[in-house]
Amino acid sequence: MYDMLALYEATSVADAIALRLEHPEAQIIAGGTDVLVQMREGKRAGKALISIQKLDEMRGVTIDEEENIRIGSLTSFTHITSDPIIQKYINVLGEAVDMVGGPQIRNAGTIGGNTCNGVTSADSASTLHAWEAMVEITGKNGVRRIPIRDFYIKAGQVDLKVEEGEIQTAILIPKASYDRTYGHYIKYAMRNAMDIATLGTSVNARLSADGKTFERVRIAFGVAGPVPMRATNAEAFINGKEVTLANIEEFGRKVLEDINPRDSWRASKAFRSHIAVESAKRCLIESVKLAGGEL
Amino acid sequence: MAKNQYKLVTCTINGREVEKMVDVRASLTDMLRNDFSLTSVKKGCEVGECGACNVLIDGECFNSCLYLAVWAEGKNITTLEGLTGPNGELSDIQQAFIDETAIQCGFCTPGFIMTAVEILNRGVEYSDDELRKLLSGHLCRCTGYENIFKAVKKTMLRRLGKLDDPYLNT
Repeated sequence: MYDMLALYEATSVADAIALRLEHPEAQIIAGGTDVLVQMREGKRAGKALISIQKLDEMRGVTIDEEENIRIGSLTSFTHITSDPIIQKYINVLGEAVDMVGGPQIRNAGTIGGNTCNGVTSADSASTLHAWEAMVEITGKNGVRRIPIRDFYIKAGQVDLKVEEGEIQTAILIPKASYDRTYGHYIKYAMRNAMDIATLGTSVNARLSADGKTFERVRIAFGVAGPVPMRATNAEAFINGKEVTLANIEEFGRKVLEDINPRDSWRASKAFRSHIAVESAKRCLIESVKLAGGEL
Repeated sequence: MAKNQYKLVTCTINGREVEKMVDVRASLTDMLRNDFSLTSVKKGCEVGECGACNVLIDGECFNSCLYLAVWAEGKNITTLEGLTGPNGELSDIQQAFIDETAIQCGFCTPGFIMTAVEILNRGVEYSDDELRKLLSGHLCRCTGYENIFKAVKKTMLRRLGKLDDPYLNT
């Protein structure tokens, strides 16, 4: 038995919004792999829950009329990894979420929950930042879309307004973001399964038609600061440059101007900085290869 | 203190349609063990790390400790008890666990076997590395991983008609 005050089960998105307005103190629960653990730990013990687990309309990956890749917030990690649209256009996202927890956790956990937690170490977060994902939020006054960078306010806090009854309903990857773009993710952790990233690095690249110039490179880190972050100085350096190992080396060093990792029991700031440089380089080399470039 | 909340849940467990009034605070582990006496579903860590409570829900593996009993509404659930034949015959994967001595205390076994069922039902031939990753959501404190791995691999190959690895045949 869970130490739960009450459970309100939403039957539709509209119902979930109504329940949120009616019970503003209640916690939303989707896949349950974080909320129920926290309830067991005592952190969320005695709280009321609003379950959106049964809202199957929020599951699945599609391409919408604006050619965005639309990922329903309740889509499980496993379903993202195995989805043909994801594999074709943004395979790195499928690879990244295939490193969350273990197989059963990936069957239960959702990408919406992974982002709404506001946790910097979330395996989806750095890739979604690096691909400039848009977050679709539905509330009593309708739907709004914001860039994922603005969705994260601070550690553990995201831009969902309880007084508006808001819930996250989808994550969108715009065509301008995924077109001709290839990426790679490195999760550095102590173990290969059931572990939280010491550092997450996601890089993607679009090369010029001849494969010789970096047309657009984007890089984002998890656990390099209190929220997932882009490394804008490194990006500014590499964009428009020639595809060479020397430039990639310099790109790696540049990330130190952007990131702000901390000392924690998992790893020191110095170590995180070291693997950030190394991961940035390796991710970009891999992205170049995937994009058909030569080094 | 809020009043106790109950909800009627209708689902299929091991091929049988059932109906039960459940406490909304109950996990699926609680329901399967206490209401249906399916004690192959073990209470291990209860925070989704050990995999001892693993069951199949609509063909996918879930740690039932992190799954609310009320979510079972309309679902098709399979536990280890659902694998045996009408006269208690063991399934091929259960027999393989015995043949490979992939057991010691047995606490992790039902969870491991249910994950193996999910893997084997896909009919795909996985590499050793892929198989290890697919089995990584379970802890065995008797450290019998190698034999468990062999039992799953052997069953996978046998089902695909490819059991000819001399190492595995020893």
